[in-house]
Parts: sequence; structure tokens; C-alpha cells
Amino acid sequence: MSGLEDLYQEVILDHSRRPRNSGALPDAGASAEGYNPLCGDRVRVHLTTDGDRIEEIRFEGVGCAISTASASLMTEVVKGKRVAEALDLHQRFHELLTGDPSVREVAGPELGKLAVFSGVREFPVRVKCATLPWHTLKQALAEGRGSVSTE
Amino acid sequence: MSTAVEETASERRPRFDVERVRRDFPALFLTVHGKPLAYLDNAATAHKPGTVIEAEARFYREANANVHRGVHALSLKATIAYEEAREKAAGFLGAESLSEIVFVRGATEAINLVAATHGRQRVGAGDEIVVTAMEHHSNIVPWQLLCEEKGARLKVAPIDDAGQLVAGGLEELLTDRTRIVALVHVSNALGTVNPVRELTAAAHEAGATVVVDGAQAAPHMPVDVAELGCDFYAVSGHKAFGPTGIGLLWGRADLLREMPPYQGGGEMIRSVSFERSEYADPPARFEAGTPNIAGAVGLGAALDYLGALDWAGVAEHEEALLAHATEALEQLPGLSIIGRAERKAAVVSFVLDGVHAHDVGTIVDREGVAVRTGHHCAQPVMERFGVPATTRASFAFYNSHEEVDRLVAALAKVREVFA
Repeated sequence: MSGLEDLYQEVILDHSRRPRNSGALPDAGASAEGYNPLCGDRVRVHLTTDGDRIEEIRFEGVGCAISTASASLMTEVVKGKRVAEALDLHQRFHELLTGDPSVREVAGPELGKLAVFSGVREFPVRVKCATLPWHTLKQALAEGRGSVSTE
Repeated sequence: MSTAVEETASERRPRFDVERVRRDFPALFLTVHGKPLAYLDNAATAHKPGTVIEAEARFYREANANVHRGVHALSLKATIAYEEAREKAAGFLGAESLSEIVFVRGATEAINLVAATHGRQRVGAGDEIVVTAMEHHSNIVPWQLLCEEKGARLKVAPIDDAGQLVAGGLEELLTDRTRIVALVHVSNALGTVNPVRELTAAAHEAGATVVVDGAQAAPHMPVDVAELGCDFYAVSGHKAFGPTGIGLLWGRADLLREMPPYQGGGEMIRSVSFERSEYADPPARFEAGTPNIAGAVGLGAALDYLGALDWAGVAEHEEALLAHATEALEQLPGLSIIGRAERKAAVVSFVLDGVHAHDVGTIVDREGVAVRTGHHCAQPVMERFGVPATTRASFAFYNSHEEVDRLVAALAKVREVFA
């Protein structure tokens, strides 16, 4: 179906239907909100750290299948990771979505389950859907609070 | 699609020859993702007939010069072409005189112009401006800016669950402090056609002037400002099958004459010295700088095209498209149409249970079907209906019943992916 199967992979559909780590986090040490004014998608990322490591992370918000699945998978992947590792993942996730197609092969194994988003690259207008939760995470880690916009 | 619908559609086909009209629009024959384009995003921008594209190109090839200045032949030719476009616009809108037609960049600039001149002149601290809950951002934000500047209040006329103005709701908001009523003729997000004439009469009774956003009306129906009775009417060129970057503001002559300039520069003055400048009469007063001459010429060609259409046939055809689309979409499980006004232009906004509009848009695009997804620059409308975004199919007279079927089939693909 001309790239659609690459975009809407089973894992992505599953996470968009049953998002993991979704909901409020009452004791969050840091929270940030991300907004995509193009589509109105809004995501809030809440987390706690022990200073260096992300202990707990949850997200709230409505969005398309890509942004919801991205938020869900992101929380799964970064939970328990060091802050520096999470930021590095963000960087490589971004490269997977926007970079040279050959990166796909290299990035795949390193990014683990995030590699399911490689199909987004064929849909440039949807890249922001996938990166919105990550920008929001970065904001929460950097400032402890605040908001970011994709525009 | 049911056979009944097919039969109704084919019975109606002879009156308006869609296939013949389609041939006038080169872009309708594009292929996207290996499929023929079904362009259902006309409320965002419409495609252009070949005559418009050719008129703009011909202007650059044969007449390019600045207007109203040079004494040389080309300048004269350009001026004539530009002013001829103004005549066509005056005819199109039913203006009384050419001085009532101001060329602007688009409907957005037209409204901003009125807010910055007439608005500043008329609205003071404690005064009120009334808009409706179905306005495009371009008919909200300029008034908000004016209210902030002047300490005035913005009041919003409510809409009902069908997406039409609550009966008497706007009238109730009118007080002796209401200075301006700004309302949309046809809603871009819902398709609702507002009773502009009746609302204008009520606003005038309260002493307010009326600014109408006609961006979505001009492509669908003949507009007569005298019949509507309003004071200002904004038209977008590119939504009316003309070029981008050109639009019209029609304003009542006496109001335009009283208004201060919008922007300062060349063209809009009578004389300039460092002590003081004298401003030109309308419309030149509001057209500072070199205008979009080629755009105006192209718009003139679009208005010629519209003028030659059989509008009774267009109305019938668009109504049939709307009925067909409404009926076929309603049969899809989990689909809800947002906006069910009694008087509606051929626009269908909808949400699909469990699938975000952006996912819908991406999937139907791969089937060659172009729709708009998102908030349509009408976030208050989305909020009113409790949805973050909708998918919108907006039709023009050149759309066919087959394209409605293509949309419906593409939505079946959406269900396949999200099964």
C-alpha cells in the first residue's frame, strides 16, 4: 500500500490503541507540554529522576496514531535510562526520521524498538508527529517544566 | 454507495457538464502517488482555469510595467489591464463604483485593513465588537488586536450543535456600544451559510457597521453586496479560482472616503512634503506601493470565468455533490459529520471514531484523494464540538460524483489500516 504499511506498522498501531505509561504522574519532578499547532496535538510528559536516571515517566494527551505511539514507545524505552542516554536516543531517533536512508540499517539495532518509526521518513509532514513527544521530553529534562512547539 | 444515489446523480448530470468544465483546469489532471488526483481541498485553495494561468503569463510577456506612473506605452497598457480587473471585480460584487474596490493580498489583509483603519476610527474604550463562534482566525485575531489596543470588548455569537448561529443569539449581543459586527458568509470549517442580509439589518439597527468575510462564499455563489447590505466584504482571490496573493476588499464609498490610510508609501498620496502629506482618494489611498498587478489581471480572468458559468447549474451540481457525500459518508461506521446546517455550502467536515484526522489524511492521500485535516484555522469551532481536528472534504463545481466515491473508497482503506 505504497509505504503505508511501513508507516503504520503493527507495533505502532498497537501502541496507539493501547498506549503504555499513559496518565498523570502526581509526584512528577518535571513536566513539560508539547504542542503541534499544525494539527492541534498536545502532549504532556511527566517524569521523576534520581538526578541522573529517569525513574518514572508518563504522558498525557491526545494525538494521531504516530504521535501517540511515539509517546508510548518513548516512555518504555527511556524509563530507567540515564538522562544523557535518553538525550542521545532523541538525537538518533531524529536522525532516523530525517536523515540519510542508509542510516536506517545502522540505526535499527541501536534504537531497538524505536526502529519501527523508520517508515515515517517517507512521510515528511508526519515527522513532527513522531518527534513531538521527544522534544517535550527534552524540555522536561532541560528545564524541569515549560512548553515546546513544533513550529 | 447505494444505487439510489447513483441514479439521482446521473439524472442530474446533464444540466451541468462537469467533464467539460474539468478540462478548463489543468491541475485536475495531475497524478499523485500513481493515482489520478481527486482534489477535495478547495476551501484551502482552488485550482485555476487555464485562462487565469495564461492571463498572468501574458501580462508578464506582453505588458509588464508599473501602473499609474510611467508615460510610456507599456505602463499605460499595464494600468489599463489593472484597472480593467477592478471593473470586473466591481461587476462581480455588484459595487456601485470602482472606487469601492481595493486590491489587497487576500481576505486576511482585507479584514486587517478594515480593523486598522475603520476599526481604529470607530472603536473606543468600552465599545464592543461582535463576531461569531464559527469565524476563521483571520476574522478573530484582527479584532482581538483592536480590542486590546482600544480597551474594547469582543463578544461572540454562539452556534448550535448543527453548526449554525443560534437564532437570535447574535442580535441579543447587540447594544448601543456595539460598533462593528464581523461575520463569515460561509464557514470554512462547517460549510454553514449565514443569513448575512438579516444579520446586517439587525446590526445596522443597533448602529454597528458590518464586515463580512466572504472568502468561502465567492467560490460557491454569486455575491451582491448591495443586496446583502453590508459595509465591507472581503474576498480571497485564490479561493475563487484566481492567483494567490491577490484579493478584494469592497467597502461602502462613504466609509472608505472617511478612513485614514492603511499603509504609507507611493501610490496612496496626492502630495508629499516633510511637513505633511495629502492622501489620495479611495481606492488608491489603500493601495500603497506597487500592487500585485499580474495577480489582479489573473483574478480578473477568474472573475470572467465565473461570470460565464451557469450558476443555477453550479448550485444544483454542488448541492447534489453535498447530498451524495453526506449520504455516502454517513453510512460509514463510526463516522460523524460536524456541521449540519440547513443552508450549507459543499463542505463536509467529519471525524472518524478512533482514527485521528491526520492519519485519515495521510492514508487517503496515498489513494490520490486530497482533503484537509486539522483545525482549519478555526480552533474555537473545534473546541465547540469537542474535537482536536476534523477531516474536511470541500468541493468546487469542477468536482465529480466519481471523486466523492473515491473519497468513500479511500476511507475504507483507512478502516483497513486501523482494523
